Amino acid sequence: MTQSGDVKTLKIDGRDLSARADETILDIARENGISIPTMCELEGLSSPGACRLCLVEVKGSNKLLPACITRAEEGMEVTTNSERLVNYRRMIVELLFTERNHVCSVCVSNGNCELQALGQQVGLTHVHFPYRFPKEEVDASQDRFIADHNRCILCTRCVRVCDEIEGAHTWDVMGRGIESHVVTDLHDAWGDSASCTSCGKCVQVCPTGALSEKGRSVAEMHKRRQFLPYLTMMREGHE
Amino acid sequence: MAATKTITIDPVTRIEGHSKITLHLDETGRVTDARFHVTQFRGFEKFCEGRPFAEMPSLMARICGICPVSHLIASAKACDELLAVRIPPTAEKLRRIIGIAQVVQSHALSLFHLSSPDLLLGMDADPATRNIFGVLEAEPQLARDGIALRKFGQQIIERLGGKRIHPGWVVPGGVNNPLSQQDRDAILAAIPDALAIALRSLAWFKGVAEKFADEAESFGSFPSLFMGIVNDDGNLAFYDGKLRFVDGDGETVADGLDGADYAEFLGEKVEPWSYLKSAYYTPKGYPGGIYRVGPLARLNVAQNCGTPLADEELRVFRMLHGRTPASSFHYHHARLIEILHCVERMEELLNDSEILSTHVRAEAKPNALEGVGIAEAPRGTLLHHYKIDEQGLIIWANLIIATGQNNLAMNRSVLQVAQRYVRGEHITHGMLNRVEAVIRAYDPCLSCSTHAAGQMALQVQLLGPDGAVLDEAVR
Repeated sequence: MTQSGDVKTLKIDGRDLSARADETILDIARENGISIPTMCELEGLSSPGACRLCLVEVKGSNKLLPACITRAEEGMEVTTNSERLVNYRRMIVELLFTERNHVCSVCVSNGNCELQALGQQVGLTHVHFPYRFPKEEVDASQDRFIADHNRCILCTRCVRVCDEIEGAHTWDVMGRGIESHVVTDLHDAWGDSASCTSCGKCVQVCPTGALSEKGRSVAEMHKRRQFLPYLTMMREGHE
Repeated sequence: MAATKTITIDPVTRIEGHSKITLHLDETGRVTDARFHVTQFRGFEKFCEGRPFAEMPSLMARICGICPVSHLIASAKACDELLAVRIPPTAEKLRRIIGIAQVVQSHALSLFHLSSPDLLLGMDADPATRNIFGVLEAEPQLARDGIALRKFGQQIIERLGGKRIHPGWVVPGGVNNPLSQQDRDAILAAIPDALAIALRSLAWFKGVAEKFADEAESFGSFPSLFMGIVNDDGNLAFYDGKLRFVDGDGETVADGLDGADYAEFLGEKVEPWSYLKSAYYTPKGYPGGIYRVGPLARLNVAQNCGTPLADEELRVFRMLHGRTPASSFHYHHARLIEILHCVERMEELLNDSEILSTHVRAEAKPNALEGVGIAEAPRGTLLHHYKIDEQGLIIWANLIIATGQNNLAMNRSVLQVAQRYVRGEHITHGMLNRVEAVIRAYDPCLSCSTHAAGQMALQVQLLGPDGAVLDEAVR
């Protein structure tokens, strides 16, 4: 073989593509205009591979693999859009909706919500699982922001941006499984947090209306997160 | 054995919401009592607890798909009080425009879509055709006018608020987008047609109303108080002003009342047979403090409308029915005069030199822990009252809705109509329809007034003293 070890060749949806060895299937798909739905992944942050929306089929593997953390390998044959994947993705989105209390029509992020957009993208018309209707807290103790746990999907973007970019690590995850919640400091009220710098990055990266600016009315919360790749790039450049 | 009976009309049709009517008959077949039961329950005041106050306008607008704008306005005004700000003048004018656009479309719905079948085709007409399609067949121009007028109002709401139902545009501190010149001009261009329709419809109504002299006599024709907001000149007002009560003789009972002090003069009583609370004027007690709100009440408390064409029609109205008409049948006529007034007022507001200003929102954090917002909704005075905690979350809410304030009057009207028209053991459609028609005159919105969930439909049962069903009609 004359091929350099740094370059991998693979097939995605039947297309012959090449990739650097450090690239994930998701990176390559995006570079080549192949759409794979994502939720917890966000450019500029590490990927936990948690939401499982970017699952793809890889020939020779019985398991479905998350595209965001699976590296390209030589000779890989990837399918991103089979009927099985489409069904699983829709099921995942349905389950996200059942876990907490998502009421788009009266949400600050209505019309600008990644979960809502994802529902439309995967063709969600009904939720086939019973809703849990948990009693969730609204933490309005912070001066500028509100955390509404009714709308949290546990993507942990807030946890990662606070740790990896701001360096404050105010947010973390408490509990296990369905009982998991994001918390500030040691489950203190956000307004009482000693580590929070009130920078608002968590609010801007939150895909839903779970974290929002105070005083926003319905559909008025527009998230701005263009800053994130630049911050990451500048930080890496200076280290 | 005494043969007293109960007739139940369930559901009541061509109104907004779910309800039924029961009529109690004595052994000679005479109606001794009548009740209007609202059978839906919703609970908005409870489930908004814990929500951030800035969400309230849109959350509360979900109470109703017909008059969401009225809830938006009353709620946003209560939130303005929480912020303790004076909103920019243009924001106030824009809110006024969307508010009266709402009045036009809602009144058009009530009069043309829901009540005109009774008025045009007759109370005894075949129920199969006594609907908007029957009207379309019998008098296509009238039906088209009604639909056009509703469209006129709805399209203004859409132009201003972004969508026709549940726009989120009215927010604490003002509105979230200024009016564009293009939209202003488009609305202005539609005004001449709307004015022509309003005048044509008034002419039609005055013509047919003569045929209903008998109904007008018994459709809730009794002395009661009337309440409504009036502006500084004592004229008709929808967005802002002080509350005034007048009695059946037109005498002012109370004036200059601040909506924020409502608890000092308005009481609400819960009756076990309805989810709809009955409001009353507390100085006169319960049920002596019976009062009416809505189009007829507003015209009765106001000096004038304050716009030329509507004032001319108001003069004719008072010439025909007196200074303070007592019969609720005249709600229909009052509704048309208000439509005319709103179209005239809209033109005035749109030509205001400040109307295109981009300064339409005051920003603030909450500066008060309690706020009351008051406005005239199509069906009458609407009050939203909120309390928040230090963090801006709602801890308590109370809503007083027009239909609840008309509850005592509606019950009394049902009794009056039933006593006039219902006789004996056999129920006729015409009889039932008149009992429903008087409810329609008030244009009740039960979805709003119980802050509840549902639709209005009609069942009448004739029950013997042992509870046996003697006769029954269901729609």
